Amino acid sequence: MKYMLAIYSNPLNWAHPTFRHQAGVSDTERAMMQEQFDRLLEEITDSGELVSGTPLAPPGLTRTVRVGDQGVETTDGPFAEMKEQLAGYFIVDCESIERAAALAARFPDARFAAVEVRPIMDLSAGAEM
Amino acid sequence: MTEPSVEQLLRHAAPKVLSALVRRHGYFDLAEDCVQEALFAASVQWATDGVPDDPEGWLVRVANRRLIDQRRSEQARRHRELRVAELEPADQLVVTGADTRPDSGRDDTLALLFLCCHPDLPPASGIALTLRAVGGLTTAQIARAFLVPEATMAQRISRAKQRIRGAGLTFTMPPPDQIEDRLRAVLRVLYLIFNEGYTASVGTDLQRIELADEAVRLTRQVYALRPDHGEVTGLLALMLLTDARRAARGGPDGELIPLAQQDRSRWNGAYIREGTALIESALDNAPIGPYQIQAAIAAVHDEAKKAEDTDWPQIVELYKLLNRISPSPVVTLNYAVAVAMAQSALAGLEVLESLEDDSRIRDHHRYHAVRGHLLDMAGDRCGAVKCYRKAAQATTSVPEQRYLDAEIARLTRETADCDGSPRAAG
Repeated sequence: MKYMLAIYSNPLNWAHPTFRHQAGVSDTERAMMQEQFDRLLEEITDSGELVSGTPLAPPGLTRTVRVGDQGVETTDGPFAEMKEQLAGYFIVDCESIERAAALAARFPDARFAAVEVRPIMDLSAGAEM
Repeated sequence: MTEPSVEQLLRHAAPKVLSALVRRHGYFDLAEDCVQEALFAASVQWATDGVPDDPEGWLVRVANRRLIDQRRSEQARRHRELRVAELEPADQLVVTGADTRPDSGRDDTLALLFLCCHPDLPPASGIALTLRAVGGLTTAQIARAFLVPEATMAQRISRAKQRIRGAGLTFTMPPPDQIEDRLRAVLRVLYLIFNEGYTASVGTDLQRIELADEAVRLTRQVYALRPDHGEVTGLLALMLLTDARRAARGGPDGELIPLAQQDRSRWNGAYIREGTALIESALDNAPIGPYQIQAAIAAVHDEAKKAEDTDWPQIVELYKLLNRISPSPVVTLNYAVAVAMAQSALAGLEVLESLEDDSRIRDHHRYHAVRGHLLDMAGDRCGAVKCYRKAAQATTSVPEQRYLDAEIARLTRETADCDGSPRAAG
């Protein structure tokens, strides 16, 4: 079963990985988080669970497009005006949502904002039984 | 019969060639890579030069040569101070004549399956390794079938091999007292491969359908080796009797067509005859098991010319039996449907009540879908809509969701003031 782990973040400056750019984090903590993240990536790569990962560009470069009665309306900035924005996502293919959530908890970003676990819809039908 | 294609020939030969290599040298991991390289070399060379007289012998020779080359360079790396010749007593074993071919007297496919489907391997790794080492599929083909990048699939395969190496698992038959458990693990992997392919046969690309065929092919091989085993026979029968409905299961727009509404003239009669004969012989001759019972249920469905002719009382009995030897909430769900069909919708709903507090199933979309179906049968359309909505919100399958939405649309059309809210349903 595939899941999207959506990383939400509000870094001081938009650079990846975003957990490195949070306020009030000591160098030691930063190094520990980097190590935690590296280990996590190594584990899910080795296990064949990591399908893909994509960092997103700064929210300031976002354009939101709506089509209304007046035609296409394009505004600068993200759709949802929140402090925390979607910073990137990983697609994992793993046994259960519990496993996916356990992986999410190991992203250092989870302690600053949140990591959202979204099951991905399957174009297959379920088993008949 | 037409000549087998080069691809069929290669894939049939793959496990035999691999077994021959592992028997001779050990090094399952390396041997498996070398066989893949030999298969690739053959697919290129045979396309232009034609198939050699002894294709398996050709593959063994090529794979063998690669394995020796790789061992040599590895050993040379490790012991540069020594001469390769002194290090490589295996060299004596590898003098290969033109007649080199797999040990034709024995089929090591089963030993290979025992290794690839070892219970210590994570299921996803066992599946991938089985398809490559026994099925002779390339990593790219397997990756496409599971809709993941090739690198991801390569990792699963290499992880499986690491585990095999790390755990010191060997290419030998398990001891007699473990055979049953290990065979069960093999059947489980084959069943998962089949399910992956079969469920993909609705509403998605044809690339993936191959997995159901592959599972049937591999299960046939196991059956050829253990025709006396009830559950091996049962699984093969279950696959055939289920796969027989494949063409009728999806509509032109990828929509899911439930069993009761399928065009039964599109069912595969040959598969039904073969599957029915297999399950009848197993039930007569072997101890009963879950695959056999599921196959028997599939056979009862398949033998009904029309949905109305289905022998539901017999299906009820079979589910009772299945629930006794292999109880699960999913079996209870199916049992409830059978009871509803054989007796009444209310009787079926009563069976479902036993699952209300079962945390394994009560939030599952299938539970709500079945409950909705039975409420609809009982005439409670608003209750049915409510359940179908819960199911539609809980499923992660696009075709299932479309099916549920269509049912909701039908019911709300028929029942003007039923919006599915608790108030309306009350």
